[in-house]
Formats: sequence, structure tokens, C-alpha cells
Amino acid sequence: MAYIPHTDKDRQEMLAEIGVAGFDELYQDVPEDVRFPDLDLPESVSEMEVMEQLQALSEANLELGHASCFLGAGAYYHYVPSVVDHILRRNEFYTAYTPYQPEISQGTLQAIFEYQSLMCQLTGMDVSNASHYDGATALAEAVILALNTHRGKRSKVILSPAIHPQYRQVVRTYTQGMDLEIAGDEKCDNGPEDLIALLDDNTTLIAVQYPDFFGHIDDYTELGKAAEDVGALFCVVANPLALGLLKPPGEFGADVVVGEGQPLGIPLSYGGPYLGIFTTSDKYVRKMAGRLVGETVDTRGQRGYVLTLTPREQHIRREKATSNICTNQGLMALASVVYLSTMGKAGLRKVAELCYNKAHYAAEKIGQIDGFKVWNFKPFFHEFVISCPRPVAEINDELLDIDIIGGYDLGQDYPDMKDHMLVAVTEMVSVDEIDDFVAALEEVANA
Amino acid sequence: MDIPKDLKYTESDEWVRVEGDTGTTGITDYAQDQLSDIVYVEHVVGEGDSVDKGEAHSAVESVKAAADVYMPVSGKIAAINEDLEASPELVNTDPYGEAWMVKFEISDASELDDLMNADAYEKFCEEREH
Repeated sequence: MAYIPHTDKDRQEMLAEIGVAGFDELYQDVPEDVRFPDLDLPESVSEMEVMEQLQALSEANLELGHASCFLGAGAYYHYVPSVVDHILRRNEFYTAYTPYQPEISQGTLQAIFEYQSLMCQLTGMDVSNASHYDGATALAEAVILALNTHRGKRSKVILSPAIHPQYRQVVRTYTQGMDLEIAGDEKCDNGPEDLIALLDDNTTLIAVQYPDFFGHIDDYTELGKAAEDVGALFCVVANPLALGLLKPPGEFGADVVVGEGQPLGIPLSYGGPYLGIFTTSDKYVRKMAGRLVGETVDTRGQRGYVLTLTPREQHIRREKATSNICTNQGLMALASVVYLSTMGKAGLRKVAELCYNKAHYAAEKIGQIDGFKVWNFKPFFHEFVISCPRPVAEINDELLDIDIIGGYDLGQDYPDMKDHMLVAVTEMVSVDEIDDFVAALEEVANA
Repeated sequence: MDIPKDLKYTESDEWVRVEGDTGTTGITDYAQDQLSDIVYVEHVVGEGDSVDKGEAHSAVESVKAAADVYMPVSGKIAAINEDLEASPELVNTDPYGEAWMVKFEISDASELDDLMNADAYEKFCEEREH
């Protein structure tokens, strides 16, 4: 197709049509002194010089391969087998954007179908969509699904305070102006029993995290039953890697299971792109946002894949759609498929066990240091909270000097948890590194 | 095209059957034919809701399009046909029978006078064909 730019005549006609004399007039809302700033750029340099400068810049970073990382809080440092990247970077996958004529992209559809199947197995749910941007937006979509299920007649959403603070913020951003009452996360120690007490017949959805933000593994069976009793939907925000070891939320009555797929073969990369997992039960499939790939047979009886529900947002439903988010993280979903296929059920469980065991080793050692205490009062997975004798930010500064990335400062989000550090331990740290971390904490405590 | 004589019709292709104070409504044979294969029926009202004439009580989705289904006259919803959620194809096979969508108590019987009878509706459909 030829690219035909607008001619000057076209431009003049368009300006005349909207009643504007010239292009300058279109900028009149931009303050004059910043309208056409002098960019003051340096002289251009050669590619070789640019590479040198960028190299120097990148060397200023502390790369995780040269550090010990005890920071998690929603994004986790796990080993990514090299085969993941090899498959991702095949240009059939890497260069393809949304398949607008989807059925011709059988490879992409099959990858998404495999992804959906694996997510259903992990979470114990009936259906998965083709993914969302990240865990936080997936949770917000769960709220939207619940509101639509109750046709807007219920306006209360209960969020556990132990859901990632940023996820709760995203839910509030998504739902602003909808006149919802978002309750439950006012106090940081509201447990399942406190949340159950908040349930009423105006509650559209109750959401908890599993393991929760503080690492706790809770049994939510009672909470699921209580939600069902009042007709509220029960949503679990799960860490998919932990599901390699833990009971799937589908087995304790979850209506929607969402989560951040980053632990499944996706590098930390400054916070994205990540992968929003969204699974639910059959009865909510029509209310689910996003696209859904189905398997079928063609006219010759051969297996083929189709986009089963995508027309809802983009073509048929449009203004009637319950959500207009239909973008999926195709490449990241593929990464998780390759990761899970490579690890297998036993491999995934092994990773989860390594995380669990190393975290418990670290917690035991840290608990023995004077001035530090393990705060957790329930079983935990690969993350736990320690109370510290000094501000967490100060401790982390000192740890960074010896290439240790300390844990998350909980005081930032939970005023009651000043001087509390959330420590994550994955398979990527060795026992020696944990011992060094413990020794370093002991030293900073006495400094 | 099937247009039962005992029903009343709207210009947005709903039918209504009046039995005493109760109305039953759904979409016409003409409408289902235009939409083609119906794959989903969703009720957007619940029992006990008062819904004005012209407001949507359901939405139907076919392989080609999605459409709202409107109340032919104002009423208070007495029953919704939940079978349609599992068997939306009934709208194609039996639009005037098993595929009724909602039953309601008629709020203002005079609104029925604004609707078409079978002959008028048949003519209305024929005109649209041209």
C-alpha cells in the first residue's frame, strides 16, 4: 500500500474545516514560554561514541547477577531458563502485534490456548482469559466483573489490607467516580475473620491475597463460604509460583483468581512488562474482560484455534462491553508457557520448595539476632516480615554498600509497620549469601 | 415469517402477550432471523424491578451483533427466563414460545394502544425489506 502524506492543500482544507487559521493556533493552550523551547542538544556523535557512553551508564547499575537480592514485594527474582528467551525471540512471536486477522496466526493462538490451559490448572479454575497487563489491573478487572454480575446493584468491595498496596491503589483508580465503598484495608492487621465481619448483602466482591503481602499462607475456606452466603464474589490474588506447592484457590471456592505472572519466567526488568493472570469459573465467562482463545476443528476435521470471545469488546459489543480492556500480554504469556513447560509440575514444585526452605532458614537465623524479630504469626511461603532496630531505609543503604539488596520498607505503605522489613528469599540466593545477609544485619544492628 | 395474530408488536421488534394484568415479552421471528445465530442472552433487570417502556430488560448477542431488548410497555418484572442463559438458541427456534424473556405486571394498560397488531407489524417489516 502506498503511503500518501497530506499535501499542503489537504492541510489547509482541514484547518479551514475546523475553523482555524494556522497550525500555531492549535498550540494556543500551551503556555507561550514552553511552546517551542530551545532544545539545546549537544552536537551529534558517532554510534561508537554513543555505545561507549551507554556502556558507562549501564555499568553504574548494580546488576542482580552481582548482588544478593532479598527484595520481593510483588516482583521476584527467579531463574529464567535460557530456552524461554530463545523461543520468545523467534521473530514469528517477537515481531507480531495483536493478530487482527487472528485465525491466520495459528501459532499465536495456540500459544495463548496453552497459556489459558496452564493457568486453569495452576489456579484450579474453569477458564482463563488471554491475560492482562499485570496483576494489579487483573484485580481491578475482577472488581469490574463483580459489579457487572450484580448489575451495579451492589457497591461495596472488601479488600484485605494484606493485598499488595499498589494493587489496592489501582483498584481505587479504576473505580473512581463509581461511588463504591472500598472497605477492609483501613487497618493493617485485619485478618480473614475481620473481613468476614464486613460482608453484607451490598458486598459485590471480597478479595484476599495468597500468599498475602506479608508472606502468610491463610486458609480462606471459611471466607469463601461466608462470601457465598451473602452472594458476594470471592477473589484470590495468587502468586502462581507458590501454586506449584499450595492448594489451588479453585479448591477453596474462589470465583475469580488473579495474579502477577512475572515469577513464571519473566525477568524483573524495572517493573515490566509483566503478566496479569485472570481466571474464573464458567458461569462468569461472559462477564470476563479480554479475549479467549478456543480450540476447534476446521472443515477438514483438523485441529485449529479461534478467538472465541474477542468480538465482544472490539466488534460486536463495543459500547455494551463491560470492560474495554482487550489487550493481552502475548509475549509475556508465551514466556510463562515456555517456563512452565520447561519446569514441569515437579520442577515448579521444586522451585517453590527451594524458596520456602531458604526463606525459613533465613527467618530462623535473622530471628536469632538481637534487635530483630520475625513478625509473622502464621505459616509463610518465601517472604516474611522482620522488625528492625533501626529505620529500614538506613539499613538498606548500608547493605547496598556491600552489594546486598535489602527487603521492602513496609513503613512506606503501613504506618503501623515503621521499621518493619519485608524479606523475600528465592532459589536465586545461596545459603552462603543468606549467611552473609544475616551477618550484615547483625553488624548494622550494632552500628 | 411467523407473526402470531394474538400478540402486539413494537417498532424495535419485541412482541408482547397480554394475559389479564400480566405481560410476557420477547423478540420476534423477524428479529431473530436478522440477528442470525443467538449465542447469549443476558438479563439486565431482576425480579421486582420497575422498568419503563423503552428501557432495556435484556441484551441478546448473536454471531453478528449485540442488541438490547426493550420493554414494550412499562411494568414491574415478575419473572425472567433463566433457561435462555444456558440455551440461547431457543430464541432462534421458538421466539414466541420457549424464548420468552421476561414476564411483568403491566403498569399502564393504555400504553398497549401505542403498539402494532400483527397486520401492522407485518406491513412494517415488509416496508423495511425494500
